[in-house]
Order: sequence, then structure tokens, then C-alpha cells
Amino acid sequence: MGELRAYAALAGAQARSVLAYRASFVVELLGNVGATVFDVLTVLALFRATDRIGGFALPEALLMTSITSAGFALADFLIGNVDRLKTYVRAGTLDAVLVRPLGALPQLLLMDLPMRKLLRVVFGFGVLAVALGLNDIDWTPARVLLITLSPLCGMVFLGSIFVISASLAFWWVDSGEVGSAFTYGGRDFASYPITVYGPVFRGLFAYALGFAFVSYQPALALLGRADPLGLPSGAGFAAPLVALAAAAVATGVWRTGIRHYRSTGS
Amino acid sequence: MAGKDASVLTISPDGPLRGSITTFGALAGSGFRRYTTYRQATIAGTFTNVVFGYLRCYVLLAVAASTLGNRPAGYDTEQLATYVWLGQGLLSVVMLWGWSELAERIRTGDVASDLLRPVPPLVAYLAADLGRSAHAMLTRFVAPVVVGALCFPLRVPTRWQTVPLFLVSVLLAVVVSFGCRYLVNATAYWLHDARGPIMMWVLGAGVLGGLYFPLRLLPDWLAITLWLGTPMPSILQTPLDVAAERDGPDLQLALVALQAGWAVALLALAAAVQRRAERRLVVQGG
Repeated sequence: MGELRAYAALAGAQARSVLAYRASFVVELLGNVGATVFDVLTVLALFRATDRIGGFALPEALLMTSITSAGFALADFLIGNVDRLKTYVRAGTLDAVLVRPLGALPQLLLMDLPMRKLLRVVFGFGVLAVALGLNDIDWTPARVLLITLSPLCGMVFLGSIFVISASLAFWWVDSGEVGSAFTYGGRDFASYPITVYGPVFRGLFAYALGFAFVSYQPALALLGRADPLGLPSGAGFAAPLVALAAAAVATGVWRTGIRHYRSTGS
Repeated sequence: MAGKDASVLTISPDGPLRGSITTFGALAGSGFRRYTTYRQATIAGTFTNVVFGYLRCYVLLAVAASTLGNRPAGYDTEQLATYVWLGQGLLSVVMLWGWSELAERIRTGDVASDLLRPVPPLVAYLAADLGRSAHAMLTRFVAPVVVGALCFPLRVPTRWQTVPLFLVSVLLAVVVSFGCRYLVNATAYWLHDARGPIMMWVLGAGVLGGLYFPLRLLPDWLAITLWLGTPMPSILQTPLDVAAERDGPDLQLALVALQAGWAVALLALAAAVQRRAERRLVVQGG
């Protein structure tokens, strides 16, 4: 209980500091939602040239893009801040976090809960609603459950990728942009039907890392479409398992990383 | 003001012009050397550029595969692959993403020491940025292009003038990008905190520069308006279209000329803004 109050105090302080600079806040809010708007516009621009990409029409592709966007926006809002870890490790400020009697990860997240990313979550779910309306889905209870869980599974999965990528800084302080290849790169990867990618690249990102289960497989299961790549059409229902597995790996990596952390000296 | 300062500039006994050129060269050299020390960041950034190169290339090739005649927006598949991989390389040469060094120095007051130097800040920062981009051209440009060439058929230039024109276009793109970044950073003279403008710049430059998709996919009237009305397409889209030989020789040359116009206009504007800012600058702190 006392712990919860401490977390609430951290989050409250953050909210107050944000609201102290209202104009900056509004600009950052708009800038963040703009990034997601442009991701969706990119898909629309590509469909100006053709009516099918990787064998999928615009409504189907948009469904995949929007499940990923909604999941990513949630993950980025709640967990995305963890990618500041490299600055904390470099400067040694992680020490201050570790000496407090609270969990290190929740503190890092609440120390700078990015309210500016809220509008992006709203937009992500808005596009998802539009995409669901554009597709002719034969609703069954299982599918209702799947569409409810998909953005959350996407959040857990992409959040785990955020944590794993950030943990890289425990071993390689100058890892810099490498993490972005998997966080933002993973989001972009899962924003398109994975049929478009070459076999090796797809094998690596979609199946070895599991990005196929962010939006591609769930969308196929919702649409009742057979997978041109050969997985059973119900494979999308495995998305929660993949998300949980990713979370388990992320937990392991994070704990090992924290134990490995040796401050900066002096 | 400028006439007086020229005597300070002349460190070498060879006359003011030679002196200015030597100073400019020395500043560019130091910009180059500075980035040679960020080796790990260079490797990390290149890795990410390559991953995004695969992503964008596969998506655009899939678009081409299902387009009538396999030529979306007038690019064939080799031109598309060239567009993507050279784009991933150029991204860090023109430094499309954030640059907030000047804004930070204005906010902290360090800019005062820039103003004390005998070289105008605009010139000094331009020299350093050209040095930085030369380093990026040798490292971060080459790696994605090599990976792209190994994995995808790229366009081999068919005209003699394409390669020299591309190099000129890259140089102009760096200047145009620098001009924009300088102006965005200079808002800090008035706003103290330029994070908002910088964020808007990063957002606009990516999409209007042609990084996410070639602007030719947009309706003609919109693409032309963007090209003539904003400097962004001159930063990435133009050098890429020049290299991919998307257009005939005349239009190819005209696009580079348009870039040159933007480069001159932005530098003049940045100089004017800098002059105004210096007149009203109050350095904070005691």
C-alpha cells in the first residue's frame, strides 16, 4: 500500500511538471500523434499505386497496421521510456533508482510517464475501429475475444522488445540506435502483411523473434483467411502465448542486466 | 563590422581570403574528426539503417510486384531499390533527424562564446556540418549501399552526368538541411526552448523529404507544390531521384538547380535571422 502511494507520488509529480509548460505539452502531444498519423498515411499512399500489397487489399492491410499501431502506442506510452536507460547507465544516475526501496523498472517508467504520448493511443485505437468497420468480419465469441486481446498482446510483446532492447545498455553502453531497429523496426515490420518480406528476413523477424503474432496472424484469424505462408488460420489465437513468452524473456534479461550493472565509479 | 573582423581572421600572412578558406577548412576538418571518435555510435546507427533498408525495400518491391507494369510512380524495381538503399545511407549524411546543438547552446548561454569568435556562427556551424557529412558519406552512406547492392539489383547509372550530379546534389542537400536545422534551432533565441519546433521539423522532414515513401506516389499537384513550396523534398527526394535516374536529363538538372536555389535562400534567411537574434540576445545567468 505504501509502495503504491510512492508510485502515485512519482506519477503525480510527473503530471504536474508536464502541465507547468502547457504550450510545450500541446506541441509534443501533436508531434507524437503526427508520427502515427504519417505511418497510416504512408500505407494509404502506397495503396495509391496498387490495390494489393503482398496479396492483401487495403482494408485487410489497414487492419494489420492498426492492430500494430494500437499495441505500439500503448507499449510506447507505458514502457517506451525504458529506452532512456542508456543515458542513466552512462551517467550513473541509475544508482539513485536502485537505492530506493521500490522496483527499478516501475520507477524508471513513472519517473517520466510520457503524457504527451496519450493522444497517439487514442488515434491508434480510432484507426483500429475504422479498420474493423471496413472489413467484413464474421463475428464469433472467439473473434470478439481475439480483437479485445490483440492490442493488449501487441502491447505486452512490443513492451518486452522495448525492455530487451534497452537492457542492451547494461552490456553495451554505446548501443545507441541498435535498439530502434527492433522497437521501431519491429513496429514497421508488423505494420505490413509479412508476405511482402524476403524469406530470410521474414524468418528472422516474423518467426524467430515472433513479430508475426503482433498483427499478421491475429488479423488472419479475425478475417478467417488462410495463411498464404502455411500456418493454420487459427494460429492468431496463439498471440497471447507469444506475448507471455516474450514477457518472460524480457523479465529474465532485465534481471540479469540489473545484476550486471556496475555504476560508473568515482 | 565584417570589414573590421576580417583583420582578426587573418592568422596566416597570405591575405584575408586565403585566411578565411584556411579557417573554414580547419573547422570542417574538426567536424570530420569529431565524428571519427564516435565509432560505436556509427556502427550502431548503420546497423539500424540497414534493418530499415530491408523493411522499406521489401515493402516497395511488393507494391511494384502488384502494380500494373511493375512501375509504381514511374520507378522500376531497380530504381526503387536504389531509392531505398541510397536513402538509408543519405539519411545520416543530411542528418534528417534532430540536431539541437545550437538550441542547447542558446538555452545555456554558451552561444555567447560562439559570438566572441572572429568567425560568424553560421559559417562556423556550416563548416563543422560539412565536415560531419563528409565523415557520414564515407561511413554511414557506404555501408547500406553495399548491403543493398549485395542483396538487391540496384540501378547502374546510364548517363555520364548522373554520378557527378548526384554528388553535387548531396552537397546541396546537406546545405539545405543545415539551413533548415539552423533556422529551427535559432527559434531558441526567442523561445529559449526549441524542443517543439525541433520535433515538428523531425516529423515534417521525414515524410515530406521522401523517406517513408517516394513523394511521386502523391498526386502530381501535391508533389509539385511540396517541391516548389518547401525545402524538404530537396533534402532527400532530389538526390535520390537524381541517382535513380527517375527523370530525363533536363528535369534531373532542373531539380538540382531548384536545390541550389533553396540552399542560397535558406542560408540568406539564416544569416538574416542570426543578425536579428544577435541584436536582441540577452545571455542568461551571472
